[in-house]
Amino acid sequence: MIQFTLNGKRVRLDVPADMPLLWAIRDHANLTGTKFGCGIGQCGACTVHLDGAPVRSCQLPVSAVAGKAITTIEGVSAPSSALPTKDRRARAAKAVQSAWTRLDVVQCGYCQSGQIMSAVALLADNPSPSDADIDTAMAGNVCRCATYHRIRAAIHEAARDLSSAKA
Amino acid sequence: MDAKITLAVDDASPIPAADDANAPASAGRRTFIKAGGGLALAVWMGLPPALAADKKTAAGATLTPNAFVRIAPDNTVTVVVKHLEMGQGTFTGLPTLVAEELDAAWSQIKVEGAPADAKRYNNLFWGPTQGTGGSTAMANSFEQMRKAGATARAMLVSAAAKRWNVPAGEITVKDGVLRHAASGRQASFGELADAAAKEAVPETVVLKDPKDFVLIGKRVGRTDSAAKVNGSAIYTQDLKLPGMLTAVVAHPPRFGARMARYDAAPALAVKGVVAVLPIPSGVAVVAKDFWSARQGREKLQVQWDETGAFAGGSDSIIADYRQLAQKPGLVARNDGNSAQALGNADKVVEATYTFPYLAHAAMEPMNAVAHFTGDALEIWNGEQFQTVDQITLGKAVGLPPEKVTLHMLFAGGSFGRRANPHSDYLLEATHIAKGLADQGKRLPVKLVWTREDDTSAGWYRPIYVHKLVAGLDKAGQIVAWQHRIVGQSIIAGTAFEGALVKNGIDGTSVEGAANLPYRIPNLTVDLHSPTQPVPVQWWRSVGATHTAYSTETFLDRLFKEAGTDPVAGRRALLTGHPRHLAALELAAKQAGWGTPLAPGKAGEQRARGVAVHESFNTMVAQVAEVTRRGDGSFTVDKVTCAVECGLAINPDVVRAQMEGGIGYGLSGALFGAIHVDKGAVRERNFDAYRVLRIDEMPHIDVHIVPSAGAPTGVGEPGTPVIAPAVANALASLTGEWTTEQPFIKAKA
Repeated sequence: MIQFTLNGKRVRLDVPADMPLLWAIRDHANLTGTKFGCGIGQCGACTVHLDGAPVRSCQLPVSAVAGKAITTIEGVSAPSSALPTKDRRARAAKAVQSAWTRLDVVQCGYCQSGQIMSAVALLADNPSPSDADIDTAMAGNVCRCATYHRIRAAIHEAARDLSSAKA
Repeated sequence: MDAKITLAVDDASPIPAADDANAPASAGRRTFIKAGGGLALAVWMGLPPALAADKKTAAGATLTPNAFVRIAPDNTVTVVVKHLEMGQGTFTGLPTLVAEELDAAWSQIKVEGAPADAKRYNNLFWGPTQGTGGSTAMANSFEQMRKAGATARAMLVSAAAKRWNVPAGEITVKDGVLRHAASGRQASFGELADAAAKEAVPETVVLKDPKDFVLIGKRVGRTDSAAKVNGSAIYTQDLKLPGMLTAVVAHPPRFGARMARYDAAPALAVKGVVAVLPIPSGVAVVAKDFWSARQGREKLQVQWDETGAFAGGSDSIIADYRQLAQKPGLVARNDGNSAQALGNADKVVEATYTFPYLAHAAMEPMNAVAHFTGDALEIWNGEQFQTVDQITLGKAVGLPPEKVTLHMLFAGGSFGRRANPHSDYLLEATHIAKGLADQGKRLPVKLVWTREDDTSAGWYRPIYVHKLVAGLDKAGQIVAWQHRIVGQSIIAGTAFEGALVKNGIDGTSVEGAANLPYRIPNLTVDLHSPTQPVPVQWWRSVGATHTAYSTETFLDRLFKEAGTDPVAGRRALLTGHPRHLAALELAAKQAGWGTPLAPGKAGEQRARGVAVHESFNTMVAQVAEVTRRGDGSFTVDKVTCAVECGLAINPDVVRAQMEGGIGYGLSGALFGAIHVDKGAVRERNFDAYRVLRIDEMPHIDVHIVPSAGAPTGVGEPGTPVIAPAVANALASLTGEWTTEQPFIKAKA
């Protein structure tokens, strides 16, 4: 039995200790927004936040997150957001998802949960990233539809929204 | 934008056939509710399932004038989309056509994926076959979906005219509201749905004059954005059905190897594993969840019979093809007398090109949910060949196609892979479901391929070798052009052979070469189609993936010999091809062709390269800007793209498809290569099969040639043009054209 916090709620899962967090989330906690893409930490489709930092859930045995806090795409999405409204990540998530929708970043969409989790973590840490900052933070997330051009633009737009909201 | 999307998962058709439209008014609605309620699952995007089951907010009949539109008393307009949404925008573009002619408010539109049905949902370009591919979704639906909307509108107007006792001609419709100005009356679609359902379906309708378009030609937000940014969109990988099991398959290590014997016991000893089944393509391990199934597969003992396995590989195939390229093949086009013209030429130029196997590598590895109950088969998937699959899967379990129900889910990318003429992974899922049923487990099962399964399964863009020879006269004019192509036929042995293979020539092998638009008096294109044990398939833009590269880089090579500017040279040879010319001129102008480029840093050189190519009746021109460093490394900084695709229904989706197509094509050109060694695939995951990442993505600037022509496809035509544009830019610095793809070789 492994216990951790998932999107603000305590969960206890009866799964093998070596099961990757990804499959515990998808098959046992029944949250399917986090995607399986490669299983070797190369594509980023499975990106979640571990105590606020982006991690590849396919590479983490579920036992490694015992007692820790995991946030998934469902956890940062309004109205189901598990984050306190004033939390930096909550504000970043709102700005990112809004920019993503306004710019119609998505195509097939399969990688986008992971892209958004990486982008939210970036903006929570760095509210006005440069193109180079974006490339560094997002290079671990593959998009085969190659929506990269719009991902870059949407992160800049979200950053502008965050700074104007503050002003 | 709060349009809602639902994917039909009811086990009966949600819509009565068109000829049922005059049946008892509520028949369509009742069928839908009954079917929806009869199944334990409703997949709704953007709405919780409780609301999805039925929104009985208003009483009365639903207006269902045809198989594509339903207008409910709750004022929702449901558009049924017959084409798979795999990222290319069908769930936005097709509803736009309906909403336009219906004069609906975009916010009242809901989208639903059509169930497989060759009669109602066939691709009009493909006869009695439902399918998505060849960049045809918008082109074949343009009139059909507009008529569907116009028909519903006419019935609403007719009902309003009767209710208000006013002439129909005095009623206007805008944003989902009907109005009669003189009497000040108005009503929503929902208020009139019940009455309109009693109206006769008009046999003819008048479509709008394009100058009156409100939505077509404007940016309309994607209907699937919201669900795809909050994680609620449901792909096959995400589907959960009551009692559903998960299967992974141990596949043979080499093409042509077969299972000899296996020991299921170690796999069955893994907690959660419920069955081990031999199937034609390997041995399936079925478990309660993915991880147990995968652990079971690790423990499973299989001995493979490799006596019939393929002993060759990419290197031997390419060597053989280079030999074949010395001999004439079947002639696909022959203008003038190229041999004689070559003999008389002042200068002869020759080049041989090689192209590797390429995997599609969609983000969602292949998968499918299958449920076999003995007398019926149900499949849940995002696949492109619905009714081809329906027939093939039915045959595999001894059922007629009408007993095979296919439910359309979002596809996490495809790029052609989910249009497998042999239904490969769907067949695998079907065999597993059948195997389970034979053991008394009549349960739905989700086949999950790991990335390694997906990358090593085959169905690649074929290896090709091209040999080009051209002759120039003293003035530098191209007087002769001989183009020989060697590569496996994608179409041979498929249901499409009759339509697409003519006189032994697979049209997809020579497209882009046999229809070369340039004015060259003596031109020959011929083809060899050797067979290989490695299964092959179309890859985004099909033949153009290789023909655009060889023709457009060879042309630049000839221009260099003649001292001709690449844009001016193409312009001179494109007389009689106004759409190509329009794309070329727009790209050149917007890229500032002929003006100086901003200089690079010390030790860097910068240059532009151009290419233009037609695929799927769409013309695309691209100008690539590159920076090359002293060590030979380079970056693609910017791409200016112009597209001539007829009327652009949704210019933003067109731009998105060009951007994505460029990224996909660049990924293949820079790094893409699958190597087969002794019958086994070397690359198995993204560590070895390298794909483009954000830090390698150029800035992209897309321009659309204004056109009133019928819309043509945009999903594929952006892809093939980028590789020659980049190669031509680099060659303008180095004088050398890369004749081998990928440009950047993996370290062996």
